[in-house]
This record gives sequence, C-alpha cells and structure tokens, in this order.
Amino acid sequence: MLIRPKAGILDPQGQAVERALPALGFAGVRNVHVGRLVELDVEDPDRLPAMCEQLLANPLIEDYEIQGTA
Amino acid sequence: MKFGVVRFPGSCDDVDALHAARRVGEAVILWHRDRDLQGVDAVIVPGGFSYGDYLRVGAIARFAPLMEEIDRFARHGGLVLGICNGFQVLCEAGLLPGALLPNVSLRFVCRQVDLDVVNAGTPWTRACRPGDRLSIPAKHTTGRYWAPEPVLDELEANGQVVLRYATGNGFNGSVRDIAGVSNAAGNVVGLMPHPEHAVDPLTGSVDGLKLFQSAAALVPA
Repeated sequence: MLIRPKAGILDPQGQAVERALPALGFAGVRNVHVGRLVELDVEDPDRLPAMCEQLLANPLIEDYEIQGTA
Repeated sequence: MKFGVVRFPGSCDDVDALHAARRVGEAVILWHRDRDLQGVDAVIVPGGFSYGDYLRVGAIARFAPLMEEIDRFARHGGLVLGICNGFQVLCEAGLLPGALLPNVSLRFVCRQVDLDVVNAGTPWTRACRPGDRLSIPAKHTTGRYWAPEPVLDELEANGQVVLRYATGNGFNGSVRDIAGVSNAAGNVVGLMPHPEHAVDPLTGSVDGLKLFQSAAALVPA
C-alpha cells in the first residue's frame, strides 16, 4: 500500500526534501511529497481497502493506492 | 464530580491530568484494556505517545477496549476532554472532526502559548468568558490542526472552534489558528496545549484549571 498526503495539504516533509536536493546539485525537482509504504502478505486481498480505510491510512488526510502480485 | 483519566501504554501526562482533576473533584485512572468506566462523570484522554504512536499519532489507541466504552459514553453525551495525544486519538476515533498533522517546522516545540477562548459555552470552557486569554504550555511535534475548508466553515458556524492560538502564538501551522475544537454537541472537546500543566502558580499559570473547573461545576460534589 502506498500512502500519500492528500493533494492540497501542506507537506512540510516533502518541502524539506525539495529544498535539500538542489543543495546537493540535483536541480529541477518539483512537487516532492513523502508518504509511507506498507508491505504485507494477505490471504484475502479484497479486505485491503477496508484495512486502509480503518487503520493504515487516515482517509481525511491521506490517499492510498494498493499494488500487489497474486 | 468524578473524573477518569485514561492510561494507554505510552501515556505520559496521565498523572498530571489526575492531579489537575483532583484539585476540583475525584479522579481515577482508567486502564486501556478495561471496559469499565467506573461510573465516572467525565473522561480525560491525556497526552503522551499511546501505543508508541506507531503508524500515525493516535491511530492505534482508538482500538483499545476502553475506547469502545468511551465512544459509547461520548455518543450519549458524556463529557470527554482530549489533550494533545488525547486530541489526536479522539480525531482518529471520529469523535472529533479533523486531524493533526506534523508541525510546519517538523520540530518538537515546547512553549507557553496564549489561547483565546472562542466558545465559552462548552462543558469544558464554561468557567471562562468569550475572549478570555489562557496561558497554557504546548509541547508537541504533530499538532497542526487540519480539516477541509467546508468542515472548517461548519465548525465556525456551529461554535465548534473552542480555542484559538492568540495572534502571534500559533507555531504549528494549524488552519485558522485552531488550538481546540468540540464535537457538534459540545460534550467532547480536544486541544493540543496542556491545561493539566497549568494548574499551580509554581509552574507560572493556573489558567488550565478553568477547563477542569468548568466540567466540575456541572456535577454536584
């Protein structure tokens, strides 16, 4: 599960990273956002959205995206 | 008046909250694994780092057995005050609107702040007058209050913005300088600053006591 700060909510962590990159010579970087990655093995992947809604993400402030292999 | 102060693993301001409550009434500790609210008239969810705040602040504590009872208690009009981590827990539990995000500075900040009482009509602020200014310490890393704009407008219209950082005192980036909010009914209030640390002149201010006095006055001793 990729969990990201929702678009439009100030993301100071992303901003801090964005400011640090040019200092290391990496110019031309914009819109940096820092989120979370949750990896897990699950028997019933249909339950993943509910897991995200109820615990892994806070849907008010975060978007989530489910990726997986069978 | 009997207060119950919740203790999660990782709570650290529970004892101060207990002492603060005992200045105005009786107070007991409520253990997070219990389901017994011990007949308390009001519940305080204190500051700290419940369950280590792993994953996201307040996210795991909301599943404690005791929280189910507090949810029921609150939805039946029981008085609940969430302080700092307690505020975060109540937001995660859906008992209060909005969410708390990392401070804009990304740093832990500990400082005395002035708060303006916006709504002096809640059970937790009725010992104040609207416009009163309270000097209370704040100490947190994740205290930037946020809610979507339409929700904020609704909160303001309903008088659910209870406390605001006074001009020049906002440090965490909270929208509209919001320091504390209530649910629609007003019986549940949460705030980031710590009234329980401002109850004795020894620590510089007794303004925090007003929140405890407000609730205590509602229940005959």
